[in-house]
Amino acid sequence: MLEYAGVKKISGPLIFIESLPELLYGEVVEIFSPDGEEKLGKVIELGDELAVIQVFGETGGLSPSRTRIRLSNDTFKIGVSRDVIGRIFNGMGRPIDGGPEIVAEEFLDVNGFAINPVSRSYPRDFIQTGISAIDVTMTVVRGQKLPIFSGSGLPHNELAVQIARQAKIYDRDFAIVFAAMGVKHDIARYFIESFEKSGALRKSVVFLNLANDPVIERLITPRCALTIAEYLAFGMGMHVLVILTDMTNYCEALRELSSRRGEIPGRKGYPGYMYSDLASIYERAGKIRDRDGSITQIPILSMPEDDIAHPIPDLTGYITEGQIVLSRELYRKGIYPPINILPSLSRLMKSGIGEGKTRKDHPHLSDQLYAAYSHAVWVRNLAAIVGEEELSQKERLYLKFADSFETRFMRQGFEEERSIEESLDIGWEVLTTLPEEELHRVTMEEIEEFYRRFRRA
Amino acid sequence: MERLIGYVKWISGPVVKIKATEDIRMLEMVKVGRLGLIGEVISTSESEAVIQVYEETEGLRLQEEVIGMGRPLSVALGPGLLGNIFDGIGRPLMDIKNELGDFILRGANPFPLPLTKVWRVKMEIKKGDIVKPGDILARIRETPLVEHRIMCPPDVSGTVIEAKESGDYTVDTVIAKVKDDDGKMHEIKLFHYWPVRKPRPILERTPLEEPLLTGQRVLDLLFPMAKGGTAAIPGGFGTGKTVTQHQLAKWADADVIIYIGCGERGNEMAEVLEDFPRLRDPKTGESLMERLILIANISNMPVAAREASIFTGITIGEYFRDMGYDVAIMADSTSRWAEALREIAGRLEEMPAEEGFPAYLPTRLAEFYERAGRVKTLGGRKGSISIIGAVSPPGGDFSEPVTQHTRRFIRCFWALDKELASARHFPSVNWLNSYTEYFEDLKLWFKQNVAEDFQSLRNWTINLLQEESNLQRIAQLVGVGVLPEPQKLILLVAKMIKEGFLRQNAYDPIDTYCSLRKGYLILKLMRMYYERALSLIREGMLTQKIEELPITSKIIRLSFSVPETKIEDEFAFLAEELDREFRELEANYRKVLSYRRREQFA
Ligand SMILES: Nc1ncnc2c1ncn2[C@@H]1O[C@H](COP(=O)(O)OP(=O)(O)O)[C@@H](O)[C@H]1O
Ligand SMILES: [Mg+2]
Repeated sequence: MLEYAGVKKISGPLIFIESLPELLYGEVVEIFSPDGEEKLGKVIELGDELAVIQVFGETGGLSPSRTRIRLSNDTFKIGVSRDVIGRIFNGMGRPIDGGPEIVAEEFLDVNGFAINPVSRSYPRDFIQTGISAIDVTMTVVRGQKLPIFSGSGLPHNELAVQIARQAKIYDRDFAIVFAAMGVKHDIARYFIESFEKSGALRKSVVFLNLANDPVIERLITPRCALTIAEYLAFGMGMHVLVILTDMTNYCEALRELSSRRGEIPGRKGYPGYMYSDLASIYERAGKIRDRDGSITQIPILSMPEDDIAHPIPDLTGYITEGQIVLSRELYRKGIYPPINILPSLSRLMKSGIGEGKTRKDHPHLSDQLYAAYSHAVWVRNLAAIVGEEELSQKERLYLKFADSFETRFMRQGFEEERSIEESLDIGWEVLTTLPEEELHRVTMEEIEEFYRRFRRA
Repeated sequence: MERLIGYVKWISGPVVKIKATEDIRMLEMVKVGRLGLIGEVISTSESEAVIQVYEETEGLRLQEEVIGMGRPLSVALGPGLLGNIFDGIGRPLMDIKNELGDFILRGANPFPLPLTKVWRVKMEIKKGDIVKPGDILARIRETPLVEHRIMCPPDVSGTVIEAKESGDYTVDTVIAKVKDDDGKMHEIKLFHYWPVRKPRPILERTPLEEPLLTGQRVLDLLFPMAKGGTAAIPGGFGTGKTVTQHQLAKWADADVIIYIGCGERGNEMAEVLEDFPRLRDPKTGESLMERLILIANISNMPVAAREASIFTGITIGEYFRDMGYDVAIMADSTSRWAEALREIAGRLEEMPAEEGFPAYLPTRLAEFYERAGRVKTLGGRKGSISIIGAVSPPGGDFSEPVTQHTRRFIRCFWALDKELASARHFPSVNWLNSYTEYFEDLKLWFKQNVAEDFQSLRNWTINLLQEESNLQRIAQLVGVGVLPEPQKLILLVAKMIKEGFLRQNAYDPIDTYCSLRKGYLILKLMRMYYERALSLIREGMLTQKIEELPITSKIIRLSFSVPETKIEDEFAFLAEELDREFRELEANYRKVLSYRRREQFA
């Protein structure tokens, strides 16, 4: 192995070394500090004089003349094997649970490769999460990427844990891959303990880059996690649920690196290629024709200032197959899960619901709930301006509908698991607050069969 | 023609600089390094050239060899394109899968067209014929929907020295030899290459006078685009750009559809590949796959190839246009394409203009949209290219550069709206912000092909919606209750238009496609309803009473409850029912009125 003694320049997370014809673009290198501490780095620019290395760790303590660099003649790979299940790794994929090193079956490039679109199988299998708001109005299907857009202090971790616990994704071999990027210790512990309680920990692979771990390392963490997930899903035929939290910390690491490199900043200082970079993570979900497994992704991100138009949620929403948006207002009202359905969406639900999948009335019912709730919220705002007295009879019914939608349909316990039939029934039940002429999204037959039944009840 | 042109000396993402050992031509296609990564020269000087590489560059080293291929980035144009799917630089993804498996590794370079497939070729020329660019040399029934016309390439003309008989040939068979005036011999195969960045020549542009019908009511009746025109669909995430584009790909009345998935989701391509073969063309009953060509450079595929994908798509489009077809091109999303430009410019440390985009962004956008048009082709046929580009503005804010510059090059603006989308009103085309500049050109067509009163009905609809929006503003301050009855009626009828006409569910088997005729009849009923209601209201009737009539809800449900085949009957039936219900209401009302009057006098 070729080794350098000394580097030209160190600046933030970047090291500049003399360029050599042996270096590979994207090569991973080992960096030894004067105290013998070891870190990894990656060649991110290769010029005829200088090569730029991005260091996955702190560069504090490094000095130009006493830093050594060892080449690997390879890109960033991690060893995979079935034995990763049940293990805990750091953000770079090294075991930190005191267990043995993984004896790798294969070494895989953490960047993975794009799935050929002709090899993809369009996700169509309904996953019941037991949460009405999700199952009825933003249904998840196996192989979907559906993030939770949240804000600080909102119960996104609880929701993710509840989904992971209840989701019926598992008619066969399954695994959970959990990757934490820059989250606090107690949050990581909360997830691990919850997995332990539900018995899922034996089936989990955990990657931890915590708040006090190196920032740049965060750029690798989700890639390690997804490489393992791909191996388990497409190599071993397992159904894998991947939880990535918090993507906002990931994006901030990306911004930091970009600004260190002196790149032209895009919106709010995030690099112009953030869309492509995020896509290289989120697109690693799905199903492949003629293979058994699947990867379902639930990334969690906190929206800075609760702003859904902020580049992080915005670019994410442009890539993922919908989003579950949490609302501070609902949370304040004491509603759990505080999902605001209006900006939420599951783009893949249409092929996972209806006759033979959930129930035949599901598509129209869901549409009707959206339409009615959206109008109800409009009426609520109107009432706040003109006063409730000025509202028409019908408008007052909408106010009633909004309340029962939120308290009866949306609200449910952290431990409460509802079947899809139950959830759909509750949907009809809350719709009966409205007169039947108001329901244009459902067919006359559905009114006959469902609405009138619940109206009578 | 392949030759060594230099050595790698700098690598950053998709951009590679090379030390030139040859005179390197701008836009030449190259192969980089031992992996043979495909790239294109984007700037060149005496000693150095810059290359954008269409595959991931990881693993590349300095001083690796770069080979020039002697021609610009080109696509092979010939039979086998239809029903097929290609990446951004025109490589067939099915073959890549067969070669490399389910994941796109690097270095695959299969020939774009099926080489072994045998086509039944009907020859149209014989020895001694004089041919010029665009002349039809042979015909192949490529799919039940499209006859593939093998044309004399734009850069070839002369005398046919040799020509095959009609028969069964593969794509690289020489079917004729043509000797030009300089005595140079040209071999004509079933395919030829054309550079993607060079528009194919035409005889002349011709005026736009026919609509490109899409089967989507709000587009066809309120904001129609012309065959040969350009349209943009801007909207934040989740507002329905992709679904709308898919709807157009399914139902637009073009002969050939080119769908460019540019930096978007892999699953959306899989969806097209799985769904389209099952869908039937409403006119011919044939599978919609038979007229479709897909270009897929999804978001996690290399960004430089994303930049090229748009040009690959349009070049294929021009080729079919030249055969005399109406081609419609959907690009989803042009914003991702612009971002690819930005990323490459950034790597080159070019001076950025607005929001980091290079200053030549508008020029490139123009280069794309200007390739749309209705033309007389070199062969004298009529053909057209319509372009519909999705735009994904950050934060859904239309003031950003890509939306703003796009507006300058399109004449149809279908603005999607977050509010409507969140109420699940789809397509979320905002009827106040959208516009078409084609209506004047198409007026006559609508008059002749739909109805004499088409224009007045359209105006009535647009005006009523405009008025409603003004009233809503007032209502939001004071409540609906205080509005006078005629205004309440406007709110009611506008609601009917929104629910029963503007809204169209792409996933409903009946509603997914709507003919012009059906859309027209729905509006016509709504206007009849409005006029009858208004005359009653003028006599003191309450809007609420009218709303309660059963006909109200029947008209609203018409679009998704009555299939195309039954629409005429149902229209006649509902028109009668409308008449009856209003007459009854009126009769009762008069009874009540006269009763009251009698009481007054008593
Ligand atoms: N015409 C339509 N009919 C029914 N649903 C629609 C329609 N257009 C959009 N949608 C809904 O909106 C979602 C988002 O649409 P999509 O086209 O993927 O948005 P965008 O491309 O703008 O992000 C779809 O998954 C679907 O649920
Ligand atoms: Mg889209």
